[in-house]
Amino acid sequence: MDMLDMKGRDVVSIGDFTVDEINGILDLAQDMVPIAKGERKSNLLDGKILAAFFFEPSTRTKLSFESAMLRLGGSVLGFANPKGTSATKGETLADTIRMAESYSDVIVLRHPREGAARLAAKFSEKPVINAGDGAGQHPTQTLLDLFTIRSEKGKIGGLNINLVGDLKYGRTVHSLAHALAMFGADLSFTAPPELQMPEHVIKDVRSYGIEPHIYTSLDESVHDSDVLYVTRIQKERFPDMAEYEKVAGAYRVDLELLEKAKSDVIIMHPLPRVTEIAPEVDETRNAKYFVQAFNGVPVRMALLSLVLGVSE
Amino acid sequence: MKEFKVQPIRNGTVIDHIDSGKALDVLKILNIDETVKSTVSVIMHVQSAKNEYKDIVKVEDKELNPKQLQKIALIAPHATINIIRDYEVVKKSAVKAPERVVGIVRCANPNCITNARTELDTYEPVEPEFIVESVNPLKLRCVYCDRELDDPEKHLI
Repeated sequence: MDMLDMKGRDVVSIGDFTVDEINGILDLAQDMVPIAKGERKSNLLDGKILAAFFFEPSTRTKLSFESAMLRLGGSVLGFANPKGTSATKGETLADTIRMAESYSDVIVLRHPREGAARLAAKFSEKPVINAGDGAGQHPTQTLLDLFTIRSEKGKIGGLNINLVGDLKYGRTVHSLAHALAMFGADLSFTAPPELQMPEHVIKDVRSYGIEPHIYTSLDESVHDSDVLYVTRIQKERFPDMAEYEKVAGAYRVDLELLEKAKSDVIIMHPLPRVTEIAPEVDETRNAKYFVQAFNGVPVRMALLSLVLGVSE
Repeated sequence: MKEFKVQPIRNGTVIDHIDSGKALDVLKILNIDETVKSTVSVIMHVQSAKNEYKDIVKVEDKELNPKQLQKIALIAPHATINIIRDYEVVKKSAVKAPERVVGIVRCANPNCITNARTELDTYEPVEPEFIVESVNPLKLRCVYCDRELDDPEKHLI
């Protein structure tokens, strides 16, 4: 059934994949859902070892990779904190990776520096999956976002997808905007001017023939949205607390705002959320951010089995 | 206008058609400083046959290595390299910007893995590598962190 051959392939950047390849990954992820939920047992990756090397903490990403590997009958080793590892003794990442590949079948890497995953992939014969490199790429987050949109809405192209909040520094929204443009989605970017989408991302999106709509207010942009993708506006971006509260308040999703939206709009968030989505929204059928977090598991299961070249 | 003449060199290299103003950068690339032991002529801001301004650098007894040629191609994409032996031009070639630039420019992103130093102050065992996205204006993209580098001449190694 599996037409997609990704055995041994690294997953460093979403830009390394075509739309067909991404659809193939998402199809397989769909098949993995019952296993991810624990409704069906699988020993697909029995005997395989995942090395999870997290040079920077990340609860959700690490746990969902581990859950994915364990649900498929594989094993996990690694660390969640570089303290106490040989990196503190001056070992290069290149050497750490050469060690990791001799102990495992696939490497998942989270690192505070941009380009770390590309470098790791260069030194490892075993596939490397980027679980976030500094302000750079986080391709598995993008894949699970795409999976969520596709499974909730039945398609990606043609939908009006509204990215909201911190679009300047938010790593996930840059890769997501790129991927959504590849799929031909209609994009809106809603952010305060100082946190609007960087010019290079807008240029990138335009190269796929998509002209994004730029908004400074959620009130103005919410009407046409099929998907509201909300991100956290961080306090650290604002020297003045009063200014932060004013800005953060203007990009908050609550029941009052939802009245202006399409009744079937879905609300997504890469989490953790703070105040940008009111807790009362959690109970609506529009809220999909917890489903989205769960979707990290089947998507990562699909990737692990593909790069390990094992299918049912 | 009186014809412009510079004393010919016997053996060495003449780098002609350097973009006007870039001759001093070329000297840096050739590691020519106050310790120089061979004759070097630097001619700046002269009119070329096409009535455009250019610089010329002539170095006695020196031929360029491939990295120096790559660097010159980056900062002076119109330059020509003339190899002189016994007052004769034995080889004339235009520099050519490569598709990839390896080990001659550092990434401008301080947080790029190629700029990371370990606890023992060593770099990762890779040379910085870039894809040449455009030659004029010169734009390079880091193979590792994917960041675009607008002013490579400021980041020559």
